[in-house]
Amino acid sequence: METIEALLAAHPFFQGMSPQHLAAVAGCGRRVDFKAGDFLCREAEEALDFYAILSGSVSVEIFSARRGPLTTATVEDGEVLGWLWFEKPFHWHLDARARQVTRAVALDVGMLRSRCEADHDLGYEFMKRYAHHLAVQFRVTKLQLVDMYGT
Amino acid sequence: MALEVEKPACQPPEANGRLLPQLFRVESRRRETADTFTLTLAPAGSDIQGWPFGAGQFNMLTAFGIGEVPISISGDPAEPRRLIHTIRAVGAATRTLCRSAPGDIIGVRGPFGTSWPVTEAEGRDLVIVAGGLGLAPVRPAIYHALAQRSAYGSVELIYGARTPRDILYYHELERWRGRFDVRVHVTVDSASAEWRGRVGVVTKVMAQARFDASHTTALVCGPGMMMRFTVQELLSRGVSADQIFVSLERNMQCGMGLCGHCQLGPVFICKDGPVFPYNRVKDWFEKREV
Repeated sequence: METIEALLAAHPFFQGMSPQHLAAVAGCGRRVDFKAGDFLCREAEEALDFYAILSGSVSVEIFSARRGPLTTATVEDGEVLGWLWFEKPFHWHLDARARQVTRAVALDVGMLRSRCEADHDLGYEFMKRYAHHLAVQFRVTKLQLVDMYGT
Repeated sequence: MALEVEKPACQPPEANGRLLPQLFRVESRRRETADTFTLTLAPAGSDIQGWPFGAGQFNMLTAFGIGEVPISISGDPAEPRRLIHTIRAVGAATRTLCRSAPGDIIGVRGPFGTSWPVTEAEGRDLVIVAGGLGLAPVRPAIYHALAQRSAYGSVELIYGARTPRDILYYHELERWRGRFDVRVHVTVDSASAEWRGRVGVVTKVMAQARFDASHTTALVCGPGMMMRFTVQELLSRGVSADQIFVSLERNMQCGMGLCGHCQLGPVFICKDGPVFPYNRVKDWFEKREV
């Protein structure tokens, strides 16, 4: 079975990270599997994990009492899920649910934050990737908001 | 006694079909989405044997008594005996065309404009990115590429729509996706939980496309904003600006660059386009002032 370190090294989010930093991040990780319909996170719950998706597909949903769950994005293999765990109060703002068997590395965000605090080089390395991830999310969200296909 | 002067021909020989509409009969009408229909047309008279066209060209369709509109040809260029047009009902003429029933007569002028460079792209990877109704003008190029599949490297089709209900040619996309020699990525901007496909914008899905940027030709068709961001993504992946082709849309009326309605900077979309290499129109593309 592949180690967490090897799984993360092959994941696009962690590409190019030094072995030393990768080992520090991998120390916060564990393998998790989800069946279709399992929630990876739920709105308002404490954000305990940051997920690097290895395979499968996850829908990010907003629940509306009138319209039911609305999928705003899907997260697939090679992507990461969870972008609010760096910000207090460390709660999820959306639901995320596996749409099929999904495999991921879950990183304990409490431990990860502590390691980033203790080693600012690691923190900066992580924040660079995180900032890029956020920038991409903002770009695609803006495009979704303008309804490009509207007549 | 006045001399009998032979009258010159009052219309050039190529006038029929270019200046004067030819009559076509609606063979079938198919609903694609809530407001979009595909019409299959056949010549109403026996004097027209076929209507050869290049992938990406358009015709001017006349709803008699209502108006004339430019509509891309969305059928197979290898099958010129039937004309296929997919039309969204947005104005008086398009609404009338969309309401046509089998047997109705409509006018056709064309074909006009430039084509997708499907032959020039042979030997290269082909990335086709379409959004919304933009799949219709690019469908002839897809037919060509699939018919000549071995002439290309990898073929990636990326299609985005607003919701699953707005997906054009749904079953055809399913069929293409079932092939082993083409990768089809379909995404929608939002969906209910029943949708099993991707949710996200086209540019995000492009990250999944596999191609060798230095040997890639990209065909892009869709709303202006979608094309703008798609082109940026392709350029950032290393695709050369002269190998990115976009299909532009303006107020086309004469179809021959005479009336000037579709002028965009130094070009006429109807005559010099609608398909352009991006580097030819980049200074005018989605420019605020024009």
